[in-house]
Amino acid sequence: MTDGAGAVGAGPVRGRATQAAMRAGLQHGWIELSHCFTMFEDAFEILPMPLLSIVALLVIDAKHAHLPGTHSSIGSTVLAGVLVTNVIANGIIVFGMRLTAEREDGTLLRAKATPNGVLGYLTGRIVVTSGTIMLTVVCLLMVGLAPFSGLALGRAATWLTLAWVLALGLLAMLPIGAVLGSLFRSVRSAAIVVMLGTMVLFGISGIFTPIATQPTWMQWAGQAFPPYWLGLGVRSALLPANLAAVEIGHSWRPLATAGVLGAWAIAGLVLAPVLLRRAARREAGSSVAARRERVLSRGI
Amino acid sequence: MVLKGARPLPEPGLSRPADSDDESVIDVRDLRMRYGKTDVLNGVSFTARRGEVLVVLGPNGAGKTTAIEILEGFRIRSAGQVRVLGVDPAHGGEGWRARIGVVLQSWRDHGKWRVRELLANLGSYYAPYSSPEASRPWDTDELIALVGLTEHANQRIRQLSGGQRRRLDVAVGIVGRPELLFLDEPTAGFDPEARREFHDLVHRLTDQEEATILLTTHDLDEAEKLADRILILAGGSIIAEGSADELSRRMPAEAEVRWSRDGQRFVHPAGDPAGFVRELFRQYGGSVEDLEVSRVSLEETYMALVRQFESGDGQGAERTFGAVTS
Repeated sequence: MTDGAGAVGAGPVRGRATQAAMRAGLQHGWIELSHCFTMFEDAFEILPMPLLSIVALLVIDAKHAHLPGTHSSIGSTVLAGVLVTNVIANGIIVFGMRLTAEREDGTLLRAKATPNGVLGYLTGRIVVTSGTIMLTVVCLLMVGLAPFSGLALGRAATWLTLAWVLALGLLAMLPIGAVLGSLFRSVRSAAIVVMLGTMVLFGISGIFTPIATQPTWMQWAGQAFPPYWLGLGVRSALLPANLAAVEIGHSWRPLATAGVLGAWAIAGLVLAPVLLRRAARREAGSSVAARRERVLSRGI
Repeated sequence: MVLKGARPLPEPGLSRPADSDDESVIDVRDLRMRYGKTDVLNGVSFTARRGEVLVVLGPNGAGKTTAIEILEGFRIRSAGQVRVLGVDPAHGGEGWRARIGVVLQSWRDHGKWRVRELLANLGSYYAPYSSPEASRPWDTDELIALVGLTEHANQRIRQLSGGQRRRLDVAVGIVGRPELLFLDEPTAGFDPEARREFHDLVHRLTDQEEATILLTTHDLDEAEKLADRILILAGGSIIAEGSADELSRRMPAEAEVRWSRDGQRFVHPAGDPAGFVRELFRQYGGSVEDLEVSRVSLEETYMALVRQFESGDGQGAERTFGAVTS
């Protein structure tokens, strides 16, 4: 009787196979990212949102409006909000929808038919998501660098904080994307629920308006999910220290930020592969074929 | 084209360690699958030997796809014993996965990737499972040449035609040099030329690689061309088993004799064609022309069999054909 590893000896092979899958996943992510630079439609998917945001920001900033009692323009707080919006959109919406779409078109089944393919697939998707976020963040900040007053981009601490907040925040977002992405049978039904869910999250997370002015129950609800903490972290990195006054507890609360985002990230890293495997387990050639029939008969 | 019958069975001493105690690559006993109150498979048993091309034939809804998905480890069976490469597919680990190949009915996944990119990337998952007997993965360019896509190696996948896309699917299925390859209705929607190229590819695979292949189809011509052995699945059980030749020999009306006499054409079924022709010449002698004796085609055998089964006489069908085992 042979075990699951078949004819190949188990221990060292399993380790090497895991490494190979991670490497293949990195390569997978890199190839998909490179499509953004080489293919117009991919660039078109990613670029409009940051570009539109920049235009909106320039309009706001042209009014030279300043936050009361500070030298920071309103534009700079909006910029922080736009940045967070980008991360959430990529981490939850794009990630979740991509998952649903790739379940539908057989990509996930392909991964499942490959040894350690699901691990590689997940690695690839994380690379693509974080790469896209990095691109948009750099785009936004490059533009933000010039016209906005009060952005604290000169400090090393700004970039350091931004780096860990974005990395943790992204990992914290993925399980939500993975749950949403594995729940639905078709991209259509996923689209509605994911959009609605994300809008509710936006509403309670104080991305553009200080959460401290909201009712208490909403403050608590917002603080249970990662978007609020991501927003807080990004503001703490980009805005001058005195703006902490408008936050809950009149502080940036970096430890709490790291704690909550870290907890979600760990939950994500544990849960996402399990959820993906479960989503993949329900996949078989016949169900992919059945969905293909459905989509083709709709004429998409 | 290499004669299929001429391929020697592997000697026991040369077989790979995992199966040294057991030559069968697939061993299915009393497999049952039930969805709700519907029995899709009720008591299917068969084996596949190393290097064999086993074709599962059957009408739509016979349970072919369900059976193959259970063997691939994509579906959990309701009851019965299943061993694939000596492992229960419900608990097959990644090492087991690396030894089997699955050709999926792909659609639009990885459309922006280039052919070579995808094959190289998927191949790299198999590298740790390489062994002296089977060097994994397949060299990318060699593989592309094998499936005839060399000219399209740098093309984006969504720009491939249906037939080219299908050949890419086969390439993806075999990139890890599988010991066992599953093909579920591989040529559905092919034009005759693409179908022929695909058949040549399957022959190349079994001749050069000694891979075992399990293929489902409802194309009888395809079954006849490719199969070492055919299983006919209807209503969730195997109603006949044997080579195309053996199956058609079991038909009650075995052969068809055609001739012409005085400018008139005649067709007559004959259980004993030699005797019939002797009698024909005894009676009409030199006036018999254009004599032709042909065995009943697999198609007729199959149709008769499925008709017999569907008319409720499943037992009769098994009596007539069930004994055919190579």
